[in-house]
Amino acid sequence: MTENTQNAAQEIELLAFRLGEQEYCVDIMSVREIRGWSRATPLPFSPGHVKGVINLRGTVLPVIDLAVRLGMPPIEGDERNVIIVVSVNGQTAGLLVDAVSDILSVARADLQPPPDLTADKESNCISALTLVDNRLIRMLQLDTVLPTQQNDTAA
Amino acid sequence: MSTDPMAEIRASFFIECEELMESLQDALVILDEDGGDSETINVVFRAVHSIKGGAGAFGFDDLVAFAHRFETVLDQLRAGKLELTSDATKLFIQGADLLHDHIRAAQSDSAPPAGAEDVLKALEALMGDAAPEEDEAVDFTPATLGFSLDLPGLDDEPQLPVELPVWRIGFRPRAELYASGNEAVLILRALAALGETRVDCHVPDDLALSADTAEQPQLGWTVRLEGEMTEADIREVFDFVTDVCDLAITQDQPAAGEPVPFDHPVAEAAMTEPPAIENASPLRLDSGSIVAAANEDVPAVAAGAAPPDPATRNRAARPESEPAAATVRVDLERVDRLVNLVGELVINQAMLAQSVTEAGMGENPSVMNGLEEFMMLTRDIQDGVMMIRAQPVKPLFQRMARIIREASAAVGKEVRLRTEGEATEVDKTVIERLADPLTHMIRNSVDHGIETPDVRQAAGKAAEGVITLSASHRAGRVLIEVADDGAGINRPRVREIAVSKGLIPADAQLTDAEIDNLLFLPGFSTARQISALSGRGVGMDVVKSAITVLGGRVTISSAAGVGTKFSISLPLTLAVLDGMVVRVADETLVVPLSSIVETATLSPGDVRRIGRSTEVLHIRGDFVPLFDLGVQLGFRRAPASADESIVILTTQEDGSRAALIVDQIMEQRQVVIKGLNRNYGPIPGVAAATILGDGQVALILDPSDLTHPTAPEGEDEIALAG
Repeated sequence: MTENTQNAAQEIELLAFRLGEQEYCVDIMSVREIRGWSRATPLPFSPGHVKGVINLRGTVLPVIDLAVRLGMPPIEGDERNVIIVVSVNGQTAGLLVDAVSDILSVARADLQPPPDLTADKESNCISALTLVDNRLIRMLQLDTVLPTQQNDTAA
Repeated sequence: MSTDPMAEIRASFFIECEELMESLQDALVILDEDGGDSETINVVFRAVHSIKGGAGAFGFDDLVAFAHRFETVLDQLRAGKLELTSDATKLFIQGADLLHDHIRAAQSDSAPPAGAEDVLKALEALMGDAAPEEDEAVDFTPATLGFSLDLPGLDDEPQLPVELPVWRIGFRPRAELYASGNEAVLILRALAALGETRVDCHVPDDLALSADTAEQPQLGWTVRLEGEMTEADIREVFDFVTDVCDLAITQDQPAAGEPVPFDHPVAEAAMTEPPAIENASPLRLDSGSIVAAANEDVPAVAAGAAPPDPATRNRAARPESEPAAATVRVDLERVDRLVNLVGELVINQAMLAQSVTEAGMGENPSVMNGLEEFMMLTRDIQDGVMMIRAQPVKPLFQRMARIIREASAAVGKEVRLRTEGEATEVDKTVIERLADPLTHMIRNSVDHGIETPDVRQAAGKAAEGVITLSASHRAGRVLIEVADDGAGINRPRVREIAVSKGLIPADAQLTDAEIDNLLFLPGFSTARQISALSGRGVGMDVVKSAITVLGGRVTISSAAGVGTKFSISLPLTLAVLDGMVVRVADETLVVPLSSIVETATLSPGDVRRIGRSTEVLHIRGDFVPLFDLGVQLGFRRAPASADESIVILTTQEDGSRAALIVDQIMEQRQVVIKGLNRNYGPIPGVAAATILGDGQVALILDPSDLTHPTAPEGEDEIALAG
């Protein structure tokens, strides 16, 4: 995420979604697809925010409950929820969110770095903040949110 | 597809080099063991010669120069002017290793390996008086196409009987010829059908193999055609292409190298170079057909030439030494795509089977028969595709032979490699990833396993140590063993080191097997001195993790004074496995069939408790540790009621067993392995995932990892105990 170093006048397209009462967004270029909720197979010994894995057309895709990841109560998956499939550095994962709300075009200059809130569990997951129509939109730092990769693939 | 055609051509040259090196190494091993026969020596010569030819076409001057000098010595050997002593064979093997290094250097554009000169000098010293003619070496210095020019005999060859008319046909296609879908090779073949032909290929001096000239024909041919025919017969062959090529047909008594008028000036040397076509074959300019066309006229040349000179023999012998027509070189990516597609097919077939049953057609015999056949076909296709990926371990073992030579020379020991089961086929990916760990194990065996010659002799053993590298298929897995006949693991010393490095407490009670396994701990090294070979304290743990990533396991066995054996057990393929589908705590899991010994109903009377939370199962006189799978994986807190449960008895490579409690066994089937590591990461006890017929993801268990004491014990264990 190097928005700040790039041409500030440039616009960036963001996919905004809701988590509880808050609004978040990711760079639309990292979004592969949006799909409805489907039951995830739980993974043993996984952190609480890892909901499990689902079958994405033959690929085993980990699903992260973004609410838990950001320190909020878990999302009990049902038909209203959606999974945003994102891909960062070749790693693909699904983000379980309450609902997708908007696609926004925001000038890079309007993205502000978040205040230093190290005590907050979610702060290192937020790369920027922006105001759109007086709504605060938090931009996710995707590589922090995704499960840590420990090993190269075996298969 | 790459945008640089030259890079592709180069790549295929290097693939060919690898193949040639393989046959070269093979032949050298035979020479080393029983002296071989003249054909073996020919194989060695041919391999070096072909590498030289190809390298010349690419301007790898260092490689050409080395191969040339090497070849010169081999030529003397072939001519019987050299005696094949064991020292000479050693030098030849060294030469082959260096040749390999030169190829690598050419491939990576790096500096040629050091030490080549010494070996070459030593090799040339073997020849004594039988020195090569000096001018030959000069032929290889120009930066033009360095085709081998060591055929002085060809143009002076006795002419064939001259009663028949001899036609000389100059043929140079223009770009339009190829553009209109014609093919020069077909025309050359048609000529060959008319009578005895000798085709000379004209390669321009300044042939530039680059993308912008790829469309521009560069080659011309002179065909010497002999037989009962008229000019009209010959013209007929060119009927369709007369407008799009330069053609000159003359009837004459050929003088050597007589130039046929062409638009482009052609180098005199190149004009008289029959093997140009063959030497160009590594370029893969539709080489298969060109080589085939070239071979058609081989007998004429070979029969004509009185003493078979190197290149013609090489050419004539090529088809038999390299039955390459039966193989196809396929990009690995394409095979992988096929493997993936077949994987999808397997999943799809399972889904279909499930829908058929759900639709109430399970009773319909024709539907069920059809489905069954579909299943069998799918399985056959899958096996077939897997076989494409499978490759013999032989090239890998050959690389190890070299590792042993170098390693033993570095530490002043005499070590010989013995290999078994070289033909065992393993998935290509497995072979590639096995090279590094195996190299390390071999070095380790040379460095730590085999004793120095004097120690060996004092112990009543032969001075020369033997490392046996073997591969075999066992119970659906591949077993690769590295065994040395050294002193065995010095267990007190291992223990001492582990204690001094703080790896184990000083008072730890360890069995022999446990001590042996300390070698796999990170940061462990028993060498008293750090040698150049191994002993930097990274090693066996890296070996172990590299093998674990492949889904394999490595075990040690050792006997004092007899030797040490490392056994690596690997899955045959990384794509599918046979598994038993079970249900535990409402989750579906797959247990690899290869690790299951038997299944049984759990009767509470057979369960014995040891301490607070350890349970063992009493089965056929044995006590086997018992785990509830749901609890072990953290899916439930306490074991389900034991009444209806089923136990699966699993076994591991080291022979230890464990019993897993599951709720229900669903079915036994083949599943497609889907890696978890790329998008997630390794999970203890879980080898991979798969997709079941209902589209749901199921985890594939790794029972040994799960029941192993090192498996992380979650909070659930504590909750259970409390």
